[in-house]
Amino acid sequence: MAAGTAVKAIDMATAEEFAADEFSRVVERHRPQIFRFLLSSTRDLDLAETLTQECFLKAHRNWGSFRGESSAMTWLMRIAINLQKDHWRNRRMQFWKTTRTNSVDLDEASEWLPSGESSVEQQLLARERVKQVWQSVKGLSERQRTVFLLRYVEEQELSEIAEATALSEGTVKAHLSRAVARVRLELGGKR
Amino acid sequence: MSWTDENKENGKNLLEQPALRAVDATDQEFEATLKDFRTSVHAWSDAEFHRPRTVKVEIRRRTWRLAAGWALGCVLAAGGVSGGLLEQHHQREVVRIAVEQKAAAERKQLQEQEARAKVSDEVLLAGVDSDVSRDVPSAMEPLAQLMVDDGTK
Repeated sequence: MAAGTAVKAIDMATAEEFAADEFSRVVERHRPQIFRFLLSSTRDLDLAETLTQECFLKAHRNWGSFRGESSAMTWLMRIAINLQKDHWRNRRMQFWKTTRTNSVDLDEASEWLPSGESSVEQQLLARERVKQVWQSVKGLSERQRTVFLLRYVEEQELSEIAEATALSEGTVKAHLSRAVARVRLELGGKR
Repeated sequence: MSWTDENKENGKNLLEQPALRAVDATDQEFEATLKDFRTSVHAWSDAEFHRPRTVKVEIRRRTWRLAAGWALGCVLAAGGVSGGLLEQHHQREVVRIAVEQKAAAERKQLQEQEARAKVSDEVLLAGVDSDVSRDVPSAMEPLAQLMVDDGTK
């Protein structure tokens, strides 16, 4: 009986260690992507870092309830999207905070374009277009922006986006279509 | 699909998938722009993610807290000083009122004493007058006495 209890305790300890290892691997693998999504959504470094921390803290607390029905990335992305929504909702409530924002300027955000083998002119043109995309993305609704970024920055499948945003695939398609149309229109108009 | 599976789409251009072409951009230039946008975001994010973390935010928070602490301290100190001054002023007022009340009471008592003394003097003088008038004989008394003596004679 005592031996059985001891074995059970060792098993539980081993299982906890295993779960902790698994979670560490998940953090290591997906943290950059979650940070990238939050950074592109908010254009705010401090906020993106804070929300990323909160995302993994929440994930760690609920790691036991994660049953692997979706991929860990989708699960984490859903947490990140909800945190971001909560943040903006709270911020709207705190009206005095709306005047202060740490968002990076669009010019600065557009600077990060690898030079590659293109000419200086091409680089300038590409930078200008990237800036226009940022400008268009800024004007999108929250949901359209999320779907657009998940599709074109994170390169996620529509089904994954649907799972992460808790929307149907049809709704995701509709939002994406509107977002693309708007970005295309703005790019076309300014060209 | 379990969470341990690698992301199948890593490094793959989703714009090339035929099923998604209905909603994705078909224009080559637009595709190139979106690709540049993605590359730009990835580069920015990678740079920021691997950037050594500074304590800038913490410093700002500390500065803010320090300023708030100083402000609160000043407010408390000013409150304490003004409270002390107010209390001192209040005590002075209480003492002043007490002194004034005492002086008024003393003045009143003195006035009453004076009044009492004045009344007693008047009564005394009146008493003295009446006593004197009783004791001193009338001015015609000797003559009246003489006339009585002559008649009898």
